[in-house]
Amino acid sequence: MALDRSDVEKIAHLARLQIADQDVQEYAENLTSILDLVDQMQAVDTSDVTPMAHPLDAVQRLRLDEVTEGNQRDHLQTVAPAVEAGLFQVPKVIE
Amino acid sequence: MEWEAVIGLEIHAQLATKSKIFSGASTAFGAEPNTQACAVDLALPGTLPVFNTEALRMAVMFGLAIDAEIGYTSVFDRKNYFYPDLPKGYQTSQLFHPIVGIGHVDIELEDGTTKRVGVTRAHLEEDAGKSLHEEFPSMTGIDLNRAGTPLLEIVSEPDMRSAEEAVAYVKKIHSIVTNLGICDGNMAEGSFRCDCNVSVRYKGEEEFGNRTETKNINSFRFIEKAIKGEIERQIDLLEDGGTITQETRLYDANKDETRSMRSKEEANDYRYFPCPDLLPIVIDDEYVSKLRDTLPELPDARKARFIEQFKLSDYDAMVLSAYRDLGSYFETVADKAGDAKLAANWVMGELSRHLNQNDTEIANSPVTAEMLGGLLQRISDNTITGKIAKQVFEALWAGEGSSADEVIEAKGLKQVTDTGAIEAMVDEVIAANQPQVDQYVNAEPEKRGKMIGFFMGKVMQASQGKANPGQVQGMLKQKLDALAG
Amino acid sequence: MFEKTLAELAQGLSSGEFSSVELTQAYLDRIKAEDGQLNSYISVTEEQALAQAEAADQARAAGEAGAFTGLPVAHKDIFCTQGVRTSCGSKMLDNFVSPYDATVIEKFNAAGAVMLGKTNMDEFAMGSSNESSFYGPSRNPWDKDRVPGGSSGGSAAAVAGRLAPAATGTDTGGSIRQPAALCGITGLKPTYGRVSRYGMIAFASSLDQGGPMTRTAEDAAMMMNVMAGFDQRDSTSLDREVPDYTLKLNESLAGLKIGLPKEFFSDDIDQEIAAQVQCAIKEFEALGATVKEISLPNTHLAIPAYYIIAPAEASSNLSRFDGVRYGYRCENPVDLEDLYKRSRGEGFGAEVQRRIMVGTYALSEGFYDAYYKKALQIRRLIQQDYVNALQEVDIIMGPTTPHPAFKLGEKTSDPVAMYMEDIFTISLNLAGMPGMSVPCGFAQGGLPVGLQMIGNYFAEERLLNAAHQFQQATDWHKQSPVNA
Repeated sequence: MALDRSDVEKIAHLARLQIADQDVQEYAENLTSILDLVDQMQAVDTSDVTPMAHPLDAVQRLRLDEVTEGNQRDHLQTVAPAVEAGLFQVPKVIE
Repeated sequence: MEWEAVIGLEIHAQLATKSKIFSGASTAFGAEPNTQACAVDLALPGTLPVFNTEALRMAVMFGLAIDAEIGYTSVFDRKNYFYPDLPKGYQTSQLFHPIVGIGHVDIELEDGTTKRVGVTRAHLEEDAGKSLHEEFPSMTGIDLNRAGTPLLEIVSEPDMRSAEEAVAYVKKIHSIVTNLGICDGNMAEGSFRCDCNVSVRYKGEEEFGNRTETKNINSFRFIEKAIKGEIERQIDLLEDGGTITQETRLYDANKDETRSMRSKEEANDYRYFPCPDLLPIVIDDEYVSKLRDTLPELPDARKARFIEQFKLSDYDAMVLSAYRDLGSYFETVADKAGDAKLAANWVMGELSRHLNQNDTEIANSPVTAEMLGGLLQRISDNTITGKIAKQVFEALWAGEGSSADEVIEAKGLKQVTDTGAIEAMVDEVIAANQPQVDQYVNAEPEKRGKMIGFFMGKVMQASQGKANPGQVQGMLKQKLDALAG
Repeated sequence: MFEKTLAELAQGLSSGEFSSVELTQAYLDRIKAEDGQLNSYISVTEEQALAQAEAADQARAAGEAGAFTGLPVAHKDIFCTQGVRTSCGSKMLDNFVSPYDATVIEKFNAAGAVMLGKTNMDEFAMGSSNESSFYGPSRNPWDKDRVPGGSSGGSAAAVAGRLAPAATGTDTGGSIRQPAALCGITGLKPTYGRVSRYGMIAFASSLDQGGPMTRTAEDAAMMMNVMAGFDQRDSTSLDREVPDYTLKLNESLAGLKIGLPKEFFSDDIDQEIAAQVQCAIKEFEALGATVKEISLPNTHLAIPAYYIIAPAEASSNLSRFDGVRYGYRCENPVDLEDLYKRSRGEGFGAEVQRRIMVGTYALSEGFYDAYYKKALQIRRLIQQDYVNALQEVDIIMGPTTPHPAFKLGEKTSDPVAMYMEDIFTISLNLAGMPGMSVPCGFAQGGLPVGLQMIGNYFAEERLLNAAHQFQQATDWHKQSPVNA
């Protein structure tokens, strides 16, 4: 399957990636060649095969309902790019 | 042609766990921003989720309560989208294999009939944080305390046809989750939220119309108003030749109207896939049947029992059975008072009025069930009149005493049943109101019954309400009739 | 001192031949002098290292030393280290000083290990050459014009270049085994779930697994004794007893059944590599093993399935890097979308963006069944191949890579050609079983060749035993690019 510029732009938007205009074509070619590679899968009949999402057939373990984490705001916000009054800051969102 | 509304609801009930669904941070409401958001909630690189056993138990309890299929193997999926209050850039949810499958609840309609509403599914997911748009002039502030609070999203079939039905359904789900103790039901704090999918069509049509989804409704009253308004808006638009846009709308309680949400305009592609950081949740019959044994009596069963056991009317039974604490309160009062009808009247009347006026929960009522029961006992055994009982109730509410008897004693409110004392008051009233006595005497005998009320009032006033009304009435009638000869 | 293995250094420390401070200082000095050429470290944590070494020496003096006390190691910069930059090889995390330690790091700290620094890697572990690192490529100590492999290329280069006695790595599609092979060292990818992923920055959650990169199998066993184990913070971690991996190293290989998958010996691979691997197999026969040909018929589907599953998981795992709570944030965002798109567009390099886009596409509406679900079905076929084969044989062997180390820049313009370098390693991550690479010779006039050994779930002890016996009989692992 060949991807064109508009496909790449749509995907980049979904993934929230700013891609320079001059790079779009190259990404389209790269992605197309990767998709050609993976398209080999389509030749295999897998209609009876159960998908395998995890390497081991283990099941989810459960955590006791206990509060183990206290207030670590100051510590965790040391790595935050923009904080005011304890709140992470982003440009104004209009709903 | 007549229009018909089609309504389906998505209810988000925050599960009343102590810690979050995937982390050990507290879920308590109202903390300072980001003080209950740990490394996992902040989605720091490398952090991983581990599932909370209580969230699982609560979800299965709900499934059992609505007679639903239980997902013996359920799987968490990732719903991918970018939003600043969604720290991982995806919400962990359950799309393909939810914990609760098809079930149903019965709702009572105004005409006294019952309607069955289908529940399509209920699945576990994590709540997002909060975006605060008003705090700063040009910025939005993000508080992630709520991020990771466990939610049960309960999705109904589009079975409802009016705002009233929708509200009855929401109330029923609300009463089930609070009865189970899996959600505190606090709508103002957002513990119980509702999104309403509304469309309209001509009655008799099979196809659904385009629907809108209204979010952010946080009271039963607003749900009703928002749905009514949305139905009207859609009908007006269609009758004017317009079309309905499939969109997300926001209910503005101040203006009592819904408006389109700009930020959600874009059609989303959520790219669901099974979360590789979590494994399938597998439960067995033993787990489910153990939980089934712990199911409390649910509203429908309790209502039937109240009708049977206490001979309550259908309406009283429904109101009193809806919430576990209200129901138990009533039962305690009824047991102690020995008169269920009286107990029902007082719980639904005087008590509810006080709770509402003071914006208080029944659990925090200054008048306990034992106190109210004791008070009603004194009405039943004629120690006080109903009117005096209200005074005693006020005193108990205000904390002036720990039992009705104490208040009655302290304030000297005991009913006067002493014949001599009553006779003295009756004589005094007759002597002091000669014109009215004359009217009575001259009236046709069949009209005298009504006129006796005047004298009753005077005597009761003189006794400060304490005279036994039956005795007063009997004595007045006897004495006045004797004057009439 | 720099030629000593971990086991030998442990002996030196316990006999008092040298202190941990002396050992650590020697390595720090050597890194300072030599790493300019190899670029194997992103951060050297001199101060902490010396403090840890001092604490280790004190513990030893107090009679509280364990097997690992005072031993210096380097950690791939994918493991979160509290108070130390954890970059994951990306501009996105260039400013990220982790507020917490990964479980693996906690375990090394608890064992009394000394962290020399954080090693270079392909950005977010996406690459097979180390060339996608924001900090520039690390170089192969055997030929500095060539790549060390990836993504754990810095760890491999540091161990091979004698800039660390041992290092940690992570392996999502071969990222421990392939650079180990290309740099002539020993690398082990454990069974999925054996080593905690908590604090190990996720690339593809269902494939990622941390493991040791060392001179010898014995050292790998020592590292596994520290790294392996159940972690309640990782839902995919397995609650299963951890053996002492050093105990069975000396067991005889008599009767060991080795399987050679015919698909691993096709004409596409470098013939010198094939020859070296065959020689190694002969060595195993001499040690008492029997050999038979087997088949892993779905091998050719491993790369296609992997290049759906890994990017799909990655596209979602990397959504958290949005410039809001940590990491790179673009200058003066005009609105939220601008904040997201520029922070991510500027913070991620080309290969990472490529994979995010492939994954985003594969999961998008209308393509899920054809790509993602299909890939998960193929994944099961591949796993079944291994399960079936490992009922017949104890260990599967073959080359780790189809070619020896390639030149810097040789494959950067062709992503697919780069992906093909992982053809023999990738299928194992899909299946979740453990695998090793051990040095087994040289090709093309001096480039190391790796022998890959694959065992059944939790067969790490068996693999380490076989590798150790092989290393007792050969000296490929003792060859040093430093002396060469």
